[in-house]
Amino acid sequence: MLSNEIIQQRLTEKFGDQLTDWQEPYGMLTFTAPKDLNLKIMQFLFDEADLKFKFLTDLQAVHYPDNEGAELAVVYHLHNLSDNIRIRFKVFTDINQPDVFSATALYQSANFMERETYDFYGVNFVGHPNLKRILNVDEMDYFPLRKEFPLEDQTRIDKDDEMFGRG
Amino acid sequence: MSNHIHLPEGSIEKQTTTLNLGPTHPATHGVFQNILELDGERVMEAVSTVGYIHRAFEKIAERRPLYQITPLTDRLNYCSSPINNMGWHLTCEKLLGVKTPKRVDYLRIIIMELARISDHLICNSIVGVDSGAYSGFLYLMQFRELIYEIYEEVCGSRLTTNIGRIGGFERNFTNTAFEKLEKFLDPKHGYPAQLKEFENLFTRNRIFMERTIGCGPISAERAMNYGFTGPNLRAAGVDYDVRVHTPYSSYEDFDFTIPVGNTGDCYDRFLVRNEEMWQSLSIINQAYKKVQEFKGAEAEVYHADAPAYYLPEKKDVYTKMEALIYHFKIVMGETDIPAGEVYNSVEGANGELGYYLISDGGRTPYRLHFRRPCFIYYQAYPELIKGGMLSDAVITMSSLNLIAGELDA
Repeated sequence: MLSNEIIQQRLTEKFGDQLTDWQEPYGMLTFTAPKDLNLKIMQFLFDEADLKFKFLTDLQAVHYPDNEGAELAVVYHLHNLSDNIRIRFKVFTDINQPDVFSATALYQSANFMERETYDFYGVNFVGHPNLKRILNVDEMDYFPLRKEFPLEDQTRIDKDDEMFGRG
Repeated sequence: MSNHIHLPEGSIEKQTTTLNLGPTHPATHGVFQNILELDGERVMEAVSTVGYIHRAFEKIAERRPLYQITPLTDRLNYCSSPINNMGWHLTCEKLLGVKTPKRVDYLRIIIMELARISDHLICNSIVGVDSGAYSGFLYLMQFRELIYEIYEEVCGSRLTTNIGRIGGFERNFTNTAFEKLEKFLDPKHGYPAQLKEFENLFTRNRIFMERTIGCGPISAERAMNYGFTGPNLRAAGVDYDVRVHTPYSSYEDFDFTIPVGNTGDCYDRFLVRNEEMWQSLSIINQAYKKVQEFKGAEAEVYHADAPAYYLPEKKDVYTKMEALIYHFKIVMGETDIPAGEVYNSVEGANGELGYYLISDGGRTPYRLHFRRPCFIYYQAYPELIKGGMLSDAVITMSSLNLIAGELDA
């Protein structure tokens, strides 16, 4: 029976200490990988007979503006359907050169998800067959889910933002 | 070959036609645009455009306290919004560590399975409409009304329900709600009889079978690669169901089967959804029986004890200091949520509906991502319809159960 420990062991055997920040929040194995390894990790997890992570559940980005040099995180959720175990891994990239390898060759489902991530965060997926905006209009020239775009007009003075979380 | 027509060089019949199917088209049931390249009536190439009703929910959610995000989830798959609401509550409860009582779980299951039925009945009867049989739709639609009346009795609204709270329901189910549920479940005059009638009309109907068998098929391997989940994946032969794989809300207490198909075509998807409705009916019956077993004070339990997140009763707010404080803090969104990251998914009516929530310890999520099943499996649509007839493209789209609200978030 596959478990988090076995997956961690198999991955460390293969990739050594390049994979860092091992955690298990709410039971899901989570780690961070260097961004040029993301495809190799997914291929390894996909191909190995005992790992069989054949299902890409979800793919999205997170913006950490204070994390200099690694502002954007791309988060992958993979699922092994036969042993019913999920893992999550992240790759961080510089916002000025947000190039990450595309997973479309391995998972067809990554196509729209990567386009969505590009659309909102500007992550440039290298090798994607059709990387263009998907939900927003084509003419848009910024990436709206980045943190520098506040949801409300910041010049409003009639409302105290202290009440609603971060100001 | 004597009756073969020889067309002269450069004649218009030898060219392909570009057809703009959508964004608004009576056959697409929502805002979808597909640019089709047609050779006669045969689809050679298809390009889908999405995003016509994109509302940036993920951005909006970054400035809202948890309970204000529930109405946003309503508008994802609006045919079964209670499942979205419950999925969101369950995600919050997982993050906050709130444990719900069994009775709440069972009541939630009743509501979620009703929502699954209401979603599947729309989808299946629309497949009927698109293949030219309108009557099934009329037969089933009146029962969606009964389901909506039950929602109305529980939460006050019908389509975008905003049902429940973090920790349970906003109020206990009334007797009227249970009466309406019994009316719906009645084997003679309720939904089971009508569903039987519907199946009699369709399942072995020669015309319907000819129309749907082999239409828009997908293999199990391709379906998994395309990220299919829910009835569409099960119709292709993969028995993946979140309710069984990762039971939530006490689904492990129930006895039900997961129907699977093998060809993944329109007919299999239709059959899988029909069978799922029967299974849902059985789950509702079991859950209702379990709910009735609670007696005395236990029968009054409808929420968990989570005072920092569950809005207190109004009469307590007026008379008790603590309740007043909590009421104020919750309504003003002043409760800090613990830092952490959580992925939680439920079996939505058309697939695995996931919520990925990152909290940095503030009052609102730092990042919230919805895994919308529609959005992910819609990218297979061009492959499904390629080589088929234009009318097959229409019926494939309706049998995939695409909901525009979920596609665009």
